[in-house]
Amino acid sequence: MATNFLVNGKAATTEAPPETPLLWVIREDLKLTGTKFGCGAGLCGACMVHIDGKRAFSCQTQVSEIVGRSVTTIEGLSPDSSHPVQKAWLAERVPQCGYCQSGQIMSAADLLKHNPKPTREQIVEHMSTNICRCGTYQRIVRAVERAAREA
Amino acid sequence: MNAINRFEAAVSRRQVMIGAAGLSFAIALGGHADAAVIAGERSGQALSPWVSIAPDGTITIMSAATEMGQGSMTSLPLIIAEELDADWNKVKIMPAPVIETIYGNPGFGGMMYTAGSNAVTSYYKNLRLFGAQARRVLLDNAAKKIGVPVEELSTEPSIVVHARSGRKLTYGEIAAFAEVPVQAPEVKPDDLKKPADFRLIGKDVMRAELPHKVNGSAQYAIDVQVPGMLYGAVVRAPIEGAAPEKFDEDKVMAVKGIVKAVKLPYGVGVIAETPWAAFAARQAVEGSVSWTKDGKAWGFDSEKGLVSFAATARDPSAKATDWFKLGDARAEMPKAASTFEAEYLCDYAYHAQMEPLNGVASVSPAGDSAEVWCGTQSQTMALEATAQALGIERSKVKLHDMLIGGGFGRRGPRDMDFLVDAVLLSKSIGKPVKSMWTREDDVKNGRFRPLSAHLLKAGFDASGKLVAWQHRLVGDRVTPFADPVRYEKAGKKDFILMLGADAKGYDVAHQLVEQVYEDTGVRTAPLRGIGFTANKFATETFVDEIAYQRGIDPVKYRLELLSKTPRAHKVMERAAQLADWDRKRDGHGLGAAYIDYSGTQVAAVVEISIDQSSGTIKVHNVWCTIDCGTAVQPDNVVAQTESSIVYGIGLALTERISIKDGMVEQSNFYDYIVPRNRDVPPMHVEVIQTDNHPTGVGQMATPLITPAVSNAIMALAGKRLRHAPFTEERVKKAIG
Repeated sequence: MATNFLVNGKAATTEAPPETPLLWVIREDLKLTGTKFGCGAGLCGACMVHIDGKRAFSCQTQVSEIVGRSVTTIEGLSPDSSHPVQKAWLAERVPQCGYCQSGQIMSAADLLKHNPKPTREQIVEHMSTNICRCGTYQRIVRAVERAAREA
Repeated sequence: MNAINRFEAAVSRRQVMIGAAGLSFAIALGGHADAAVIAGERSGQALSPWVSIAPDGTITIMSAATEMGQGSMTSLPLIIAEELDADWNKVKIMPAPVIETIYGNPGFGGMMYTAGSNAVTSYYKNLRLFGAQARRVLLDNAAKKIGVPVEELSTEPSIVVHARSGRKLTYGEIAAFAEVPVQAPEVKPDDLKKPADFRLIGKDVMRAELPHKVNGSAQYAIDVQVPGMLYGAVVRAPIEGAAPEKFDEDKVMAVKGIVKAVKLPYGVGVIAETPWAAFAARQAVEGSVSWTKDGKAWGFDSEKGLVSFAATARDPSAKATDWFKLGDARAEMPKAASTFEAEYLCDYAYHAQMEPLNGVASVSPAGDSAEVWCGTQSQTMALEATAQALGIERSKVKLHDMLIGGGFGRRGPRDMDFLVDAVLLSKSIGKPVKSMWTREDDVKNGRFRPLSAHLLKAGFDASGKLVAWQHRLVGDRVTPFADPVRYEKAGKKDFILMLGADAKGYDVAHQLVEQVYEDTGVRTAPLRGIGFTANKFATETFVDEIAYQRGIDPVKYRLELLSKTPRAHKVMERAAQLADWDRKRDGHGLGAAYIDYSGTQVAAVVEISIDQSSGTIKVHNVWCTIDCGTAVQPDNVVAQTESSIVYGIGLALTERISIKDGMVEQSNFYDYIVPRNRDVPPMHVEVIQTDNHPTGVGQMATPLITPAVSNAIMALAGKRLRHAPFTEERVKKAIG
């Protein structure tokens, strides 16, 4: 049975069983590999996407839950890395291995969308959903502050 | 490798463009025509196996190290570009082919291996020379063309200038007519740039692959897709050495989308049409596998094991080998006017790199050749492990080494366990297979920082001066398991376990470090900071204890012991200044530590508080100084140091693997707790630039944190924590 939904504004469809995690459909069916597999348990945030404009763990979202809904992945955040969060991420030279950074950026974009001028404490709390094993946390906070300032 | 494949490989690992093929003169410096052909095909005039220049001015530089976030794919080419006097904007970076005689890491006997934070330090001298030689070739050709003596020429970025006539030739223009000598021109040390003339080294350029890491286009091995590819997963024996006896094949074949179940020497593999089917099949088969009782770790309990290690450390009759000797501590210790002893314990720890282990392999149906994609710290080992698994020549294996989603030592084992999964599964089905580990696989089949017990003894003369130092270390072996080849080559020295156990930097005339060898059978590996993380916890806490014993401030005492090593003295002194060490803080404690880590001098002061009811330690500030000699990319030195500190906080406070009946008890990020954003304090890192040869930066601060936190707990609560990590339970027990 096909599931129809929107990904980055375009119609998408998958034949994956209804209980399949959205993550694998995005990565392997739709070949949008910027969204990462980290823990499979909603603990690390590497798989973070936006569903109907709010952040969500794609590894914890089943295909059956996204019928007719709109999914945004890192590839759809901007066409040319021009989202203020992406620009700030480069300006602060945040990434190291980079594997978690799609998820970090999607979390940060979600925060600023709903709270354009967050306090430092709000940033830290919101971004604590995502693990970065390279420990780029200090730069992540700086980049979110910069994005809030420059957006 | 055809041109298109090569281009894809380049984009996938390095995410950089190559210039359109211009001239492809297959002439090399130093007689390495094979590599020059490759370089020439890629990007125009091959000036050396490391550099080629296209007529449009594009300069292609080979990058020999793999990139796992540490920045080597930028910093190594930058060193060549500096001496070449290249316009960095015109530089494209290419992964070097696996030719050890040209691109091998001098720090690892010529293997292509990225580890030990030694890429810059090991390649620095040679890369400067290669860059200078390539520049000299351009100058000689320009001199001939213009008809002036070469001494009258100078360079600006990517331009040769004849100041007297005002004539200029761009590097691209020269590349169009250049003749490259068969022998490399001689370049003397004096011909190299003076540090004051550096345009790139020490100036910070954007890391080459960073733009691809903010838009999802960076490609890791787990992202690879090959036409006709199937998905694999493996249930690995819980104990190293055990083999599957039988499993319920009907159960696994009932999973929709399953293609095949395969008995491997070390586990049961499943191959499916989709990743979700592969994971479902993996889960279906897991409970049904029975294992042989081969392997050593059956029955091992890490808590009891550590008690036994500690008893062994205290037992003078336990057989030990000398790891390090300075002076004669055995003779001097009995003569000491007074002595002091202390014991420290350290648990297993897990890498937790964010990209779970995986590999992609396409083995030919006949099994006589293979193409593999993986994130590996060693191109050499990836080729050799694949060849060995298939029983074929190394030359029949083509490697695409991808960007790495975290290495920390886990992606450099000699046997390349994660890659061989894909190779064996692909061979069994005759189609390409992407094999992925779940996070649970990654934890349960982890290869850990070893378990260790440390007995330290200090001897003082009548004036109280520290004259003799003994460190008896009982630890689970690492190097023999992780890399038996290098273990043999190193004369059976377990350097991954033992490094950092001495008192390097400090003025102690007589030192002895002994190793009592233990082999529990538990899987081990180098982990960021290697032996230093446990050994410096022991030694730097011990130095603090000695200071307390003698009634001297711990920083003052360290400075006293470092009076003969000025660079060391400076980092410690400066870290204390930054922290305002002498200022007391209400309810907060400060602790310090210093390390000479392979020549890099690092020191830190941490500020902590303790929640009495929960036993939670909060780190409020870390001040850290680092002298790595010449800082090639200073901002990256800061970034790597911040990263090392965060990793160190995890190892100090929460990260702990325990083993019961030989099996790992933890399974995912809910029971293996790594630092999150809220756990990380402001980090104040100061790079102390000196003109010394550059030394490593990728892990040097990690081992500072555990002893510094232990020392801060002492300062605040008057209690010594001697067993790392300092979990809430242990803290409560100690201070309660």
